[in-house]
Amino acid sequence: MTTAAMKRRTPTLTVGAILVGLVVLLAVMSFLWTPHDPTRVDAAVRLLGPTGDYLFGTDKFGRDLVSQIMVGARTTLYVGVVAVGVAAVIGTPLGILAAMGPRWLGEFVMRVNDLVLAFPALLLAIMFGAVFGASTLTAMIAIGIATVPSFARIARSGTLQVMSTEYVLAARAAGRSRFAIAHRHVLPNVAGLLIVQSSVSFAIAVLAEAALSFLGFGTRPPTPSWGRMLQESQELLAVQPRLAIVPGIAIAIAVLGFNLLGDGLRDRLDPRLAGRR
Amino acid sequence: MSVLTVHGLNVSAGDAELVRDVSFTIGKGERVGLIGESGSGKSVTASAVMGLLSEELTASGSITLNGKQIVGMPERQLSRLRGRDMSMVFQEPMTALNPAMQVGKQVAEVMSLHRTQPDRRSARAAAVDLLGRVRLPDPQRAAKSYPHQLSGGQRQRVMLAIALANNPSLLICDEPTTALDVTVQAQILDLILANTNDSALLFITHDLAVVATVCERVLVMYNGRIVESGLVRDVFTAPEHRYTRQLLASSDLEATDENGRLRTVSHD
Repeated sequence: MTTAAMKRRTPTLTVGAILVGLVVLLAVMSFLWTPHDPTRVDAAVRLLGPTGDYLFGTDKFGRDLVSQIMVGARTTLYVGVVAVGVAAVIGTPLGILAAMGPRWLGEFVMRVNDLVLAFPALLLAIMFGAVFGASTLTAMIAIGIATVPSFARIARSGTLQVMSTEYVLAARAAGRSRFAIAHRHVLPNVAGLLIVQSSVSFAIAVLAEAALSFLGFGTRPPTPSWGRMLQESQELLAVQPRLAIVPGIAIAIAVLGFNLLGDGLRDRLDPRLAGRR
Repeated sequence: MSVLTVHGLNVSAGDAELVRDVSFTIGKGERVGLIGESGSGKSVTASAVMGLLSEELTASGSITLNGKQIVGMPERQLSRLRGRDMSMVFQEPMTALNPAMQVGKQVAEVMSLHRTQPDRRSARAAAVDLLGRVRLPDPQRAAKSYPHQLSGGQRQRVMLAIALANNPSLLICDEPTTALDVTVQAQILDLILANTNDSALLFITHDLAVVATVCERVLVMYNGRIVESGLVRDVFTAPEHRYTRQLLASSDLEATDENGRLRTVSHD
């Protein structure tokens, strides 16, 4: 990247990247080292306040909060990747198809889309959990499916915009087929929009996992998850608010990070600003 | 035998007729100008020839390119002709190139697509050659640049390289110089002239001076019809149709009307 481009990078993007980087760093580090075994139950050290050995203290089972947050970061990232992956892989081709295919097909796809959009994501995830058994994976596939409409809509509107440009006409004048135009011309030019949508959806997925785990439909014990840490802190909220505050802040950092990253990327990838770079 | 024969072409959008009973032919190596004001049906005629009319428009009549009927031809067959037997240069070089693809790739693609080059590498080499032929400075480097790194004139050269890549028998230029400044216009026109010796050329413009420079014959369109046609020399010296006379009078920058203003075309 040139220095000129560095200067134009918005602080939003930088702050977002730092916060997301922090979560990624925690997750990666947790594979190599954690201060304690995050799942080790030890009645002797239960409900300790912050000490030198236990930086944020321990929970009601004597598990180290720092270690749980670190391993929980993995769950958070896993969740985001699965949900966004499902949504992008299904939603993007659907949106492009809706824009490029025959009109009746486009209308049909978009109406089904509206139907899915009208259905609350969390309710869908709870249904999935009830039918297929509660796990991080089923919850996230459900959240991913619920996010498909956002990707389909954005891919469709981006495609319509690209299809009306003269270079698509020029590509047709050069003898390109429709499929080749979708692949070579449309996809690269809507990729920016989809990347932005991904990071925003990532944040929503992280929050959804926390909410589902809180309700008991998400990550099963003993896998550490920030949402479940919140849930387990519930009964002790009045006496040990620390147990809720620590995972709460972690969730807030991850969600804020991905949202800022999305906003920052949108500003940088906005096609209307492309000429000025 | 003529390369392009258009006979009784009608294009309509629902009840509105945009092009009415248009007929003309262009032979091998012949350069024909199509002039007329905005909305007179010039570009629609060109789109019909390329088979690129938007879905709301319907064409009837006959358009044959090297004996093949274009009207009603399935899209799959059309796409085989486009870019190989006929190609088109558009008005707006700022938007007619894919912003996310290197220009060398865009030139090479039209050759790999129609298999006029055996493989990717030779297509790439041919693309660099073509970029040199349209006189882009440092074609090696130009091939690796993205459209936004090139000026308007340079992009139009790239467009021309794409259009000429497969030696089409018909080249359509839809106001290729309108968006460029005057000095660049002259260079682009020279290039078009130098590279279309064997091709039939249909040159759409509303610049009469350009027609006089480039074309041998001229068609004048007005309100969806061809109102006058003939050799450039004849039409420009002895215009028959009222619209052509007004058009010529309005392009004379020394003649003024009784109020001391330049002449314009009246609509009634």
